[in-house]
Amino acid sequence: MPTRDIEREVHSFVISNFLFDQSVDLEPDDSLLDKGLIDSTGVIELVDFLEERYAIKVEDDEVIPANLDSVRNVAKYVDRKLTRVA
Amino acid sequence: MQVEEFLENSARQYPNKVALIVGEERLTYRQIDEESNRLAHALIAAGVVRGDRVVTFLPNSALAVFAIFATLKAGAVFVVLNPTTKPDKLTYILNNCRASAMITCSGGRFPPDLTSWTQRPHLRSVFMLGASEVQTATLRSAGKSLIPVEEVRQDTRNIQPPSKKCIDIDLAALIYTSGSTGQPKGVMVTHLNIVSAATSITTYLENTADDVVINMLPLAFDYGLYQLLMMFMVGGTLVLHDSFAFPNVVIEKIIRERVTGFPIVPTVSALLLQMDLSKYTFPNLRYITNTAAALPVEHIRKLRALFPQVKLYSMYGLTECKRVSYLPPEQVDIRPTSVGRGMPNEEVYLVDKNGNRVAPGVAGELVIRGANVMKGYWELPEETARCLKPGPLPEEKVLYSGDLFRADEEGYLYFIGRKDDIIKTRGEKVSPREVEDVIYAMDGVTEVAVIGVPDPILGNAIKAVLALRSGAQITRQDVLRHCSSRLEDFMMPRIVEFRESLPKTESGKISKRMLASEPQDSADVVTSAV
Repeated sequence: MPTRDIEREVHSFVISNFLFDQSVDLEPDDSLLDKGLIDSTGVIELVDFLEERYAIKVEDDEVIPANLDSVRNVAKYVDRKLTRVA
Repeated sequence: MQVEEFLENSARQYPNKVALIVGEERLTYRQIDEESNRLAHALIAAGVVRGDRVVTFLPNSALAVFAIFATLKAGAVFVVLNPTTKPDKLTYILNNCRASAMITCSGGRFPPDLTSWTQRPHLRSVFMLGASEVQTATLRSAGKSLIPVEEVRQDTRNIQPPSKKCIDIDLAALIYTSGSTGQPKGVMVTHLNIVSAATSITTYLENTADDVVINMLPLAFDYGLYQLLMMFMVGGTLVLHDSFAFPNVVIEKIIRERVTGFPIVPTVSALLLQMDLSKYTFPNLRYITNTAAALPVEHIRKLRALFPQVKLYSMYGLTECKRVSYLPPEQVDIRPTSVGRGMPNEEVYLVDKNGNRVAPGVAGELVIRGANVMKGYWELPEETARCLKPGPLPEEKVLYSGDLFRADEEGYLYFIGRKDDIIKTRGEKVSPREVEDVIYAMDGVTEVAVIGVPDPILGNAIKAVLALRSGAQITRQDVLRHCSSRLEDFMMPRIVEFRESLPKTESGKISKRMLASEPQDSADVVTSAV
């Protein structure tokens, strides 16, 4: 799946689950933490979504801001995981 | 003694010691003292006088630390707000305490809005870090004075403290907490209250200048705030972090910064215990504290196995007196369900409905007596009278906690439940009424009841049960979107359920007891009729 499509799906997951479909500007590089969009339970929900949607296993030590703190980082991370699996 | 002297004394004794580690910044006691002095002079120049309230509305950051101490040095009362506070509540609190100044920043989720400044008539000055031209213009057109924090920090004069104005029975802080009426209440805390509580707690935790404590709890939460105050009191080091969203980041900081003290709430322990921590060692970690809600015994057992060399303190408290009790660590395997006994220089006892002390094994309301007990709720005499009642000495007032406990023969306390319906979630108190009031404001909602349902991570998850007017089209997303612009994050409902009508008592009131006794869906199963 192209990274662009993953990015779109993650974006709509974030908008639906953390913004409850509010129309808010969310740039791909915005920090979800700094924007106040995710907390510890939010990260768990995001990880659950990624594992289910993309059939990947998110390891404990991969739950770090570099992988999960922006829509673009999440998409890149998923892309890397999928490429590795393939 | 006054609370700002925690910083001033340590700055004299350990001027070049790192006091605060936040992000990439490492600040010494001298730097923090000088920054706080500059900001204190700027507050005074902006017209802040002894006893004024100054609101701090910031993420966990160096500026939040300067703001607290600068407010005290200016002789004023600090009011730290949760950074997820929404505009309506911010306005309520600013007006309720008639704050004359606010210290905040721009960027990320800050500042929360630009529209309501004119509805905050008492607020004269806003100190803002990173203010944009638009923000500056908006504030100034609303008649507020905007003072860029950058300018204050560049001021090379004013590094000496302003002259002392207060005595120790003056107010140091208002700490807002959920009230059963739905509106937050300001807990009035004096310098003496804080010094007394911090002295008792640092005594039983055996804190010294060698301690390094990590804090990721909001400074608006007294448990988070006291980590700062207590480290500065003993001349230790505080590692200030903003959240536990990425537990690995916190774990790595604990190891890298040689953290000795790790304060947690049960939600943090639930997240920690989901991780594989076997590859880490924590040679410097001396103690873990838990409060805000009881640790499940299973957590205690696992934490003890994971951290065998670490002292685990189970504690209990309420904002109105800061801390009530702690269980000495050597008792945690013997009495894992107890929250211990009163802390040093404090007396606690249980009473029946008539105020008579009860025998061991009998349930009673916990009463607290000590210099740590608050002065009352800000401008709420009736609410104050309900919890500050006559004590053993003439004219004395003691704190009735509203929490039911029993004590064993040796005086160890065991929590039974609360007398009101306040929900504890993620270690924070949530008033169901406050959440219900927000949901009732939605057009089409006829009935709402908010209850807490057990949740493995949150302790309790907030569940909202709604009935709608016939034909009303409201979805779960609508409810959550509405709430998210009005409630702090920890108050957000996790479960939203729609019904034709809510169960009632014989007198026609909505029965939360009946709702709570129904079998509950787990919090991750969201039910919705729409």
